[in-house]
Amino acid sequence: MSARRIFARPARFAAIAPYVWMVLLFLVPFAFVLKISLSQTVIAQPPYEPVFDLTAGRASLEAAFAALSIDNFKLLVSDDLYVYAYVRSLTVAVTATALLLLIGYPIAYGMARLPTRWQAVAMVLVIVPFWTSFLIRIYAWINILQHDGLLNQILLALHLVSQPVVWLSTDSAMYIGIVYSYLPFMILPLYATLAKMEPALEEAASDLGAPPWQAFWLVTFPLSLPGIGAGVLLCFIPIVGEFVIPDLLAGSNSLMIGQTLWLEFFTNKDWPVASAAAIILLVVLLMPLLLYERLQRRQLEQGR
Amino acid sequence: MAEELPKMEAAAGVADVETHLALDQPLLRIEGVAKSFGTFRAVDGVSLDIRAGEFFALLGPSGCGKTTLLRMLAGFEAPDEGRILLGGKDIAQALPHERPINMMFQSYALFPHLSVRDNIAFGLKRAGMARADIDTRVAEMVALVKLEGLEKRKPNQLSGGQRQRVALARALARRPQLLLLDEPLAALDKKLRESTQGELMELQRRLGTTFIVVTHDQEEAMTMASRIGVMNAGKLAQVASPRELYEAPRSRWIAEFVGDVNLFEGEFKLRDGHRLVIATRDAGTLVVAEPRQPTGETRLSVAIRPEKVKLSRRGPVSEAGRETAINQLDGVVADICYLGGSTTYKVKLDTGGIVQASVANSARLDADAYSLSQHVVAWFTPDDCVVLPP
Repeated sequence: MSARRIFARPARFAAIAPYVWMVLLFLVPFAFVLKISLSQTVIAQPPYEPVFDLTAGRASLEAAFAALSIDNFKLLVSDDLYVYAYVRSLTVAVTATALLLLIGYPIAYGMARLPTRWQAVAMVLVIVPFWTSFLIRIYAWINILQHDGLLNQILLALHLVSQPVVWLSTDSAMYIGIVYSYLPFMILPLYATLAKMEPALEEAASDLGAPPWQAFWLVTFPLSLPGIGAGVLLCFIPIVGEFVIPDLLAGSNSLMIGQTLWLEFFTNKDWPVASAAAIILLVVLLMPLLLYERLQRRQLEQGR
Repeated sequence: MAEELPKMEAAAGVADVETHLALDQPLLRIEGVAKSFGTFRAVDGVSLDIRAGEFFALLGPSGCGKTTLLRMLAGFEAPDEGRILLGGKDIAQALPHERPINMMFQSYALFPHLSVRDNIAFGLKRAGMARADIDTRVAEMVALVKLEGLEKRKPNQLSGGQRQRVALARALARRPQLLLLDEPLAALDKKLRESTQGELMELQRRLGTTFIVVTHDQEEAMTMASRIGVMNAGKLAQVASPRELYEAPRSRWIAEFVGDVNLFEGEFKLRDGHRLVIATRDAGTLVVAEPRQPTGETRLSVAIRPEKVKLSRRGPVSEAGRETAINQLDGVVADICYLGGSTTYKVKLDTGGIVQASVANSARLDADAYSLSQHVVAWFTPDDCVVLPP
């Protein structure tokens, strides 16, 4: 089919538009990154070799292909520094996601049980922080958490501590920042699932002899699993690659992979290693995504 | 929390309701129960006794408080005032899971993630029943509602009628002392609704369980229930058998809510033995039977059901006919509504009013059918009239 015929039919074009988007903005850049990850770093412009020169003829292209290697990947999996960074990223993401679920679920549940007109208000309250720049909100936390900040003032005034607690540059500060920033992404999908659930279902459970906690655990919780899955993914994946929050709030003695990537790219000017780190991160993140998709498909098949 | 209730016993099928009760005691006694939402008084001082084994219907328009009353029986709402006694024990403040009462929800509220079998077994598991007993009881319930072969299906793989049966089986599985049914047939189409009505009645007779059904459909209530409580604006307007409710309504509102009725307002003129003579505004002077309870007012309403009004081309000729057809109203046919089994004629009376007459189509080829603008006499006996407060 010729391009002219495709563009003559808007419906067809609309159908392929997402693929065009995917190819131009995801697959092509991904190919660049993949190629750089297989290159070697040099002090030059660009700071890696080989460079594919399409005008230099077939022989030079073949030589360039031959020069590609997986050395960078070998380095990443053998050097403790990088392995630790990955492990730490995953640990932080798992811990933070668990905290988010524990805090977000009751909030979403409470919202879903509000009278309808208050639900809209609660929804706005959840979304309102997005109206302020993310960076400004993190800097605000630095202010709150610093030595003579608001948190310490409150703790001192309540006589919960006798002298100011060191919050900044600790994991606690980082977790506070992450949980604060990602909470809406956990609450909204959970709320959407819980709000559309029929209230009569919990009543039916209690009518059939289930005390409140059983009614929740046997009916509400299993029915909210799709919302939990969506919320967990929406939080877990970006947290693994998180750079700004750990950089501003956590200590500098252990780095997450996002920070390592930044260092390799901007400080060490080692583009190939940074690219390889990014590729591994992508593969690590794809796994839970595929798992979730398989679970969802099984659920759909069961439901039919 | 209220006293410990014999729910486990009931669930295990041990409870024999009658043995718990003194002979004259009703199974359920509702005493002055009231419930408000904000300033709206949804249920306003309802008292009602329900005997064991009864099929009782709460009938009323939407918003009359019947569902709120049902939800208080199930335990989803706590009454602001009054007591709810089940087998002599006050359960008004008991939580839903502590009551030996089960409910069939209007939406069925089947658990979408559980199979038919697990839906029915849900209540049995909560009662701590042994696995083998659960299997037996589920099989029994599945057979009872004729769902054999569908045990492994999920609710969304069932038709509306099948879902209704699962909901019924689930609510009956614990052998409750009292089964509450909230608009149980509202989601079914007309044909299925009629056959299901019969099945529900049959089931209730067989099990002997006390049923309370909430409905806005008066035909449904009349067909199924042995007694009907009509609710209006949070109050019980009348509790009676279907026949009594229809033939001897206690107020104009009930007469109009249950079935069709001709109503004529008028003034009491004189008493003639057991008959009253009433001068109506729209239908001239009517002679009616004296009500059982005198209203003590001079302003009255006369109610006549359309099927009690006979039509003829001219007044009765014989003496005997003249004796029964004391009330004769001349008029012309203004509207004809053919309904298949019967035809409803609207007759514009010479005295100004309109009277509806429902005539059974007892012959297929009816040469005697009346036509529009035809002069007719509408007549009825004094005993066919009900005298009501205005």
